[in-house]
Amino acid sequence: MREIGIEQLADIARGAGILGTGGGGDPYVGLLLAREAVRRHGPVTVVDIDEVPADATVVPISSMGAPTVLLEKLPSGREEINALRALEAVLGRPATHLVPIEIGGVNSMIPLAAAAQTGLPIVDGDAMGRAFPEAQMVLPGLIGVSNSPMALADDKGNTIVVRAVDNTEAERIARAVCVERGCQISCADTVLRGDQLRDGLVPATLTLAENLGRVVREAHAAHRDPVAEARELLGGVHLSAGKVVDVERRTEGGFARGRARLEGEGAVLELDFQNEHLLARRDGRVVATTPDLICVLDTETGEPVTTEGLRYGLRVTVLAAPCDPRWLSPAGLALTGPRYFGYDLDHHPLSG
Amino acid sequence: MRIGIDVGGTNTDAALLGDDNRVVAGTKSPTTADVTSGVAAAVAALLAAPGADGRPTDPAAVDAVMIGTTHFLNALIEGERLAEVAAVRLGLPATEALPPMVDWPERLRDVIRGGTWLCHGGREYDGRMISPLDPAELRRVAADIRARGLRSIAISSVFSPAAAEDEIRAAEILTAELGDVHVSLSHEIGRVGLLARENATIVNASLRELAEHIVDAFGAALTGAGITAPFFISQNDGTLMDIAHARRYPVATFASGPTNSMRGAAFLSGLTDCAVVDVGGTTADVGILVGGFPREAAGESEAAGVRTNFRIPDVLSLGIGGGSLVAADGEVGPRSVGYRLTEQALVFGGDTLTATDLAVAAGAADIGDKGAVAEVDRAFAERGLARIAERLAETVDRMRTSAAPLPVVAVGGGSVLIPGGLPGFPDVRRPAHFDVANAVGAAIAQVGGEVDRVHKVPEGKRDQVLAGARAEAIRRAEDSGARPGTVRVVDVEEVPLAYLPGGATRIRIKAVGDLDLDRLGAASTGSDEKNGFPTHA
Repeated sequence: MREIGIEQLADIARGAGILGTGGGGDPYVGLLLAREAVRRHGPVTVVDIDEVPADATVVPISSMGAPTVLLEKLPSGREEINALRALEAVLGRPATHLVPIEIGGVNSMIPLAAAAQTGLPIVDGDAMGRAFPEAQMVLPGLIGVSNSPMALADDKGNTIVVRAVDNTEAERIARAVCVERGCQISCADTVLRGDQLRDGLVPATLTLAENLGRVVREAHAAHRDPVAEARELLGGVHLSAGKVVDVERRTEGGFARGRARLEGEGAVLELDFQNEHLLARRDGRVVATTPDLICVLDTETGEPVTTEGLRYGLRVTVLAAPCDPRWLSPAGLALTGPRYFGYDLDHHPLSG
Repeated sequence: MRIGIDVGGTNTDAALLGDDNRVVAGTKSPTTADVTSGVAAAVAALLAAPGADGRPTDPAAVDAVMIGTTHFLNALIEGERLAEVAAVRLGLPATEALPPMVDWPERLRDVIRGGTWLCHGGREYDGRMISPLDPAELRRVAADIRARGLRSIAISSVFSPAAAEDEIRAAEILTAELGDVHVSLSHEIGRVGLLARENATIVNASLRELAEHIVDAFGAALTGAGITAPFFISQNDGTLMDIAHARRYPVATFASGPTNSMRGAAFLSGLTDCAVVDVGGTTADVGILVGGFPREAAGESEAAGVRTNFRIPDVLSLGIGGGSLVAADGEVGPRSVGYRLTEQALVFGGDTLTATDLAVAAGAADIGDKGAVAEVDRAFAERGLARIAERLAETVDRMRTSAAPLPVVAVGGGSVLIPGGLPGFPDVRRPAHFDVANAVGAAIAQVGGEVDRVHKVPEGKRDQVLAGARAEAIRRAEDSGARPGTVRVVDVEEVPLAYLPGGATRIRIKAVGDLDLDRLGAASTGSDEKNGFPTHA
């Protein structure tokens, strides 16, 4: 058990940006939300998965919506609590712990803000080990945990509890509610018992995000290579370093898709993204695919670059890091592999 | 004829352009603390310089004066001459978790925050109301503002770049209660991204009194020099604002310095796509011109630690300038004698070895007293200059985006440090009047119009939506004083909102055109109407 105070939040946010693999939203607003909540209510208690009692009620808290909207329509600050209370009312029991559903991006910060406000401890782990675009793409889904009941709350105090026939249906209903409510809602769903955490969570990812953020900050300050140190910590491989020479975006099937071209080190690297980076090709050959993490970092500072922030002329380094091995099972790949995103190819095992 | 003036921290540069757009004269003079006398001296020197016919210029022949200034940015950096601001945000019940100024550096927040108020109002991304504006609530805020004696108000509203009505209505209610106060509206200042736009609006509000003072000082300096022509102020993106606008939007000048020098370099060299190296007294700034405009930096920009969402030129700065100190091993900078170059450099009778002394010792420049550097070893000086060229070349190389040949334009007084060009860049030009490129950039500035909002783009209607946005940007440029027929779209950015079905797309379009000197009077009226809001000057 340890505490997270204001000092640790910026490192966690930076690391979560890297683990967001280009998506998950810029954690800046999330960082401010967590910082304000901790300033007002005090530090957050963090517990390891092993420290959670078997009969605990662990509730993942997240926000759903468009990152651009979050930058403009800031939250009221009561959304997470309202979603949590609505969920507790139908569960008939209170939550004992909170947990991030997604360590990548802004959703690393939202549960920290909620934990500060409620005084509940947060579990060191998450249900993805990165960021994914859809709510059913969580490890608990692989062990038969339903994401219903799913409580949704908007900024005005309205709440809805969804009881869907399966996880994908719940995602669709929530997405429709989200758009109707101005593209920004909070969610409490996918309730886990304490004894399900080992199978349902990627362990210690809050700690990983914090270490990642700290290593990058310290390396940059000491004029060392922040990207190399991040790669080492992630156990990842270097795909390419160079300049962004082209970014092409289009909307397809309701998602922002696109492709970026990067030139450097005598090669051309192409990145396909759909909110997150999905696929990397070097000189036309596939070198990394989802669900492995494809991370774009500013070459000089090591700061994460989101797909929305990719711009012509940016100098970046692209890394790939192994995902949690459970995503590479047939069921895991069916949810998050290249074929789910419409590519006619199999997952590409990482190599140097 | 037109005059361009660049008021920097150290020097005030001025350039006179003829009706054929040729540079007739250029001068440099020291910037003074009182604003007026420095500008007056610069203009007097410029008019006295021999013109096209070899004779001094008649002030009555000047049609317009364009001024770029760093006063406002410096005031923010120094935290001085700033007014306390009442920050009013419309958006409840949303946004309450992060009140205005939440991400400011504490020191500056203490100086500027006169009070913050969260009120009802604001819009969803699609224009629906978050909550209705509450006039009674705003009248209570007005009473509070009056009780605290605050005279400058910043109003922000959720999604105001797409739907400005709430900000305008709130301004009407507050001014009806408070009378003669300054009001800054966020939709006039920034883009989507509430905190960053609101921050810029609050900074603007804190500069409003200073803006009146500075603009009046410029006016007095020009009047004193016998110039009756209208004057304009340079904005971040290299376009102009008239003085009525400049009094209300001083924050729009923050990045005008590098923009003017890059645009001036493009004009003087005749190139539209090139790298620009501007070597001053303390630093060298390297940027890239694309289609005659500076390439913009990605992401959010900061001014004095305050996060704003202005687009600013993508510039890499290097600690190399004419005043840079030279170490025993021949390395140059980053420390510099700065504006004391003309007292401390060897060639000016001082006792400090500077980069300028190296240039003179190497026979590359003829500045000051050549005899004063007779002791400096010529080979040492040449090695020092070669090292400077190497480091600048590395920086240009970092900025380039392809291996294709890239011409480089060197400007600024310190560009005498690179007489032999840059290794790896065969085409380095130093055009005539290189030392006043920033003033030339101010003189040639155009007027612009911009659209930035989230559109719902139905399947198959993309071209139609884009065409509508382009037409609006062009109309806005014309409203701001651009000559119809000269306006062209220079930037189109289209970003579909992630995680959001329904074709919601953020579209940003910028159009610019030549300043229409024939209807200068009409231009200022037009911009007042555009703002839909009376000036409280």
